[in-house]
Amino acid sequence: MKLYEIAHSRAGDKGNTLTLSLIPYQETDYPMLCSVVTAEAVQKHLAEIVSGEVVRYELPNIHSLLFVCQQALLGGVTTSLAVDTHGKTLSYALLAMEIEVTKE
Amino acid sequence: MKQKIRIGCGAGFSGDRLEPALVLAEKGELDYLVLECLAERTIALAQKRKLQDPSKGYDPLLERRIGLLLPTLVKNNVCLITNMGAANPVEGARKIISIAQQQGIKIKVAAVTGDDVLINTSPDDPALETGKPLSQSGELVSANAYMGIEGILTALERKVDIIITGRVADPSLFLAPMIHAFGWHTDNYDLLGKGTVIGHLLECAGHITGGYFADPVKKPVDDMAHLGHPFADVFPDGSAVISKVAGTGGIINLQTAKEQLLYEVINPHEYFTPDVIADFTTVQLKEIGHNQVKVTGGTGKVKPQTYKVSVGYKAFYLGEGEIAYAGPSALERAQLAGEIIYTRLKDLYTDIRIDYLGNNAIHRTNFGHESVPYEIRLRVAAKASNEAAAALVGEELEALYTNGPAGGGGVRKMTNEVIGIVSTLIDRDKIRPIVSFFES
Repeated sequence: MKLYEIAHSRAGDKGNTLTLSLIPYQETDYPMLCSVVTAEAVQKHLAEIVSGEVVRYELPNIHSLLFVCQQALLGGVTTSLAVDTHGKTLSYALLAMEIEVTKE
Repeated sequence: MKQKIRIGCGAGFSGDRLEPALVLAEKGELDYLVLECLAERTIALAQKRKLQDPSKGYDPLLERRIGLLLPTLVKNNVCLITNMGAANPVEGARKIISIAQQQGIKIKVAAVTGDDVLINTSPDDPALETGKPLSQSGELVSANAYMGIEGILTALERKVDIIITGRVADPSLFLAPMIHAFGWHTDNYDLLGKGTVIGHLLECAGHITGGYFADPVKKPVDDMAHLGHPFADVFPDGSAVISKVAGTGGIINLQTAKEQLLYEVINPHEYFTPDVIADFTTVQLKEIGHNQVKVTGGTGKVKPQTYKVSVGYKAFYLGEGEIAYAGPSALERAQLAGEIIYTRLKDLYTDIRIDYLGNNAIHRTNFGHESVPYEIRLRVAAKASNEAAAALVGEELEALYTNGPAGGGGVRKMTNEVIGIVSTLIDRDKIRPIVSFFES
C-alpha cells in the first residue's frame, strides 16, 4: 500500500533543502513506520527529485518522523526553474511511496 | 504579573487573507494580534520598491490591513505586532499614523529598525550555503539580519498600540509579548524555548487551523471557506492552549498541530532563532477539547552569538511561456513542440527547462505512472541575462501558432527579474535594534 493510506505529511523549504514530515494517523503505527520508512528507503524513492543526502529525525514525543533532504529544489525557491519552486507539493510525492506491511 | 495572555495570529504570509484577522480582533478577546507578513524574498522585493520610492518599501497590503483592523483593535484594546515594516518600518509607521488620523483615532506606534545591514555586508563575506564569497552570486541588493525580541520588548515597555518591525525572526514576534507579560528573564532559555515552540505553532496562521492541511479523501475539514485563524492562551510556565474563534471554519487537532510543529524544521533538536536554540523533541501535544490543543514541554539552550542575514542579489531574468494541447495525441504534439522550442532556444540560454504539465512537471517525475492525458500543457522556462532575452522564450512559444504542431492554444507568456537569496552570518555586537515612536 501507499504511505498515503496511513500517514500524512507537510513539505517545507529552506534554500535548496526540502523538509518532509511523516505523521501516522494512528500513533500505534509509529514503530512500524520507523522500521519501514528509513532514510535510505526515502532517498531511493525520491531519487529523481533529491540529489543530496536524506537525514531522518525521529520524534517519539509526537509519534512522527522528519526527513531533511539536501539539494532537492533545483537550487532553491528563489532561483529554481521548477513549476513548484518551493517544493510545496512534494509531501504527496513522499506519500506516493509504496510500503509493505504485515498487519496483524 | 498576568496569569494568562491571549495571542492571535491573523496572517501567516504577505498575501494572506484579510478577514480572519478581523474576526480575531472582534471576537477573539485577544491581548495581542500578530501579523506575520515577511518571507525571505519579500524583503528583497520591498528593498527594490524603496529604491524606486523612499516613502515605500513597507508591505503592499499594509494600508488595507491597518485600515480594516484599526478601529476594532483600538475598541478592544488589542496590541498589534507585525513585521509589515519590511524594508521601511519607519515609513510604515508614518502610514499607520496617517490612517489613524483619517479615522480620527489616537494611537501610539513604534517602529523597530536596525535589521538592514547592507552597509555592513561585504561582497567578500562567505555565503552559508556554498562557503564562497557573496559576490559570486550576483550584485547585492539587500542584506537584512533576523533580529530577535529586543526591539519589540523596548516598544512594549512604552505601552504602544502598534509595533511595526522589519526583519525579525517569526517566533520572536510572539515570544516578546510573553516575556513582557510574564517577566521571563531573557536568559531563561528553557522558557524561551517553550515560547518559541508556541510562536512557531502560530506563525503560519491558518496552517494550524486546517489550512494547507485539508484533503477531502483522508483529512476532511469543515467549512474551509470561512477558515478561522488561531490564537493561543499562554501561561506563565510556558504552556499554552491553541484554539480559534467559535463559529469559524477549520479544525485544530493533534494532526494539524504536528504538521505545523515540524514545518520547515531543519533539525528538531536545535531550532535556531536569535533568542534561543529550541528543542522540539521534548514538546508534548494533547487534545483537551473541541478545537483545543494543549502544548507543554519544549526546552532551549543559549542563543547563538551570530545573527543570520538574508542577502538579496540580482540573479537573472526569468522567461516563461506555456501552450496547451488536448484530444488525441495531445502529449505527442506537446512533446514535438517541446523539441522544436528546445532546438530553437538551446544555444541562447545556459539553463532552460521544459515541462509537460499534466504528466510529470510538478514533482519532476511521475514515478513511472505513464498514462495518456486527454490534455497537456507545455511549459518552457529559461534564465536570461536581460529582459529582452527572457521575453524571447514566450515569443517562441507564441510563434508555435504558425510554426509548430497542430492544435496548440492558450499561450501565456511572462518575464520577471528574479532576486535570489543567500545567507550569511553577522556578529551580534554589530547589530543594535533602534526603536522610534510616533503618535497620531
